[in-house]
Amino acid sequence: MEGLLSLAVKAVFVENLALSFFLGMCTFIAVSKKISTAIGLGVSVMFVQAITVPTNNLLLSKLLAPGALAWAGFPDVDLTFLGLICYIGVIAAMVQILEMVLDKFFPPLYNALGVFLPLITVNCAILGGTLFMVERDYNFAEATTYGLSSGFGWALAITAMAGVREKLKYSDIPDGLQGLGITFITAGLMALAFMSFSGVKL
Amino acid sequence: MAQTKRDLLVDPLVDNNPITLQVLGICSALAVTSSLQVAFVMALAVTAVTGFSSMFISVLRNQIPGSIRIIVQMVIIASLVIIVDQVLKAYAYEISKTLSVFVGLIITNCIVMGRAEAFAMKNPPIDSFIDGVGNGLGYGALLLVVGFIRELFGAGSLFGITILPTVNNGGWYVPNGMLLLPPSAFFIIGLLIWAVRAWKPEQVENREYKIQVVEDH
Repeated sequence: MEGLLSLAVKAVFVENLALSFFLGMCTFIAVSKKISTAIGLGVSVMFVQAITVPTNNLLLSKLLAPGALAWAGFPDVDLTFLGLICYIGVIAAMVQILEMVLDKFFPPLYNALGVFLPLITVNCAILGGTLFMVERDYNFAEATTYGLSSGFGWALAITAMAGVREKLKYSDIPDGLQGLGITFITAGLMALAFMSFSGVKL
Repeated sequence: MAQTKRDLLVDPLVDNNPITLQVLGICSALAVTSSLQVAFVMALAVTAVTGFSSMFISVLRNQIPGSIRIIVQMVIIASLVIIVDQVLKAYAYEISKTLSVFVGLIITNCIVMGRAEAFAMKNPPIDSFIDGVGNGLGYGALLLVVGFIRELFGAGSLFGITILPTVNNGGWYVPNGMLLLPPSAFFIIGLLIWAVRAWKPEQVENREYKIQVVEDH
């Protein structure tokens, strides 16, 4: 349990997907103009992340890893090179299924998150989460924890960013820095702030 | 409006740069720029993937049904990225270790999808290939500039060759360690955008609110 807890804290603060690995930057910059939309997107990312990382973990350990196909009579087969294409397929399919399920059973949630779901397929934070899981050899429990907490970290970052930007639009910024430029510099300052967590150990 | 092939290639470099103007593909742009060598390999990889994916998608553009085009594009892009990944692992294992997940993340690099969707679905293969290469180069150019600044002032070297001898090695240059850390990439890109827009004022974004001077009576 303790291992999982420290993994979660690490994924939220120290190794924040958005601010220390720059994942999901495109949406991070593009959809952080208002707090309400930012929260909506953040929650959707967390949701999808929490589902896809464990699913891809199962896929890797049961089908793709060297020797994983032993139950089917192919103990020598190593399909890891197919990983990338499988993960992105799983992500695209999961997002699609999630959209349908939400539409059918939880209409209010669908109305709140619906517009963001298609965007998420191409959000690098999702694929990045899966790839980090693969690279660091997480087991199923760790993968679930990592998915949930890294999604939460991303949501936290984009919400904070949107809060800063809502105030920022009233400031007098030099012409050339207007919009994109100042957003990058703000993100840089936030990343510096998040670096102060790097000493935290549990 | 007929664009010449030269325009297709040169336009994305400064006038319509994918990163500073279209806000595409910044995800990986920041993470791989702490040394010039890695940035160079990444730039090459992205250029190759954008060029060839645009070309193949354009070849198939009349066969792909509209409703599933995103999936088809994804599959084409993912296959190309797998090839790049395997080539890097075979011939440049050290660099592929440093790039770690970012090679895989070329799949979700918005530049590739963006060009496929915006250009390759409507134009013939050769033009699409050139457009893809142009955008890849525009991305690569920015990557190299950022990588140059970060490695030169952060570690005092370029491509791993010492240019400014650092104090630790008996030289005179005190390296700015912050440039090797992630946040510096944000600052450098922000300032680069400022520089580009000061040079080309037509790229400046409109303000949402304007501060007006009210005369007091």
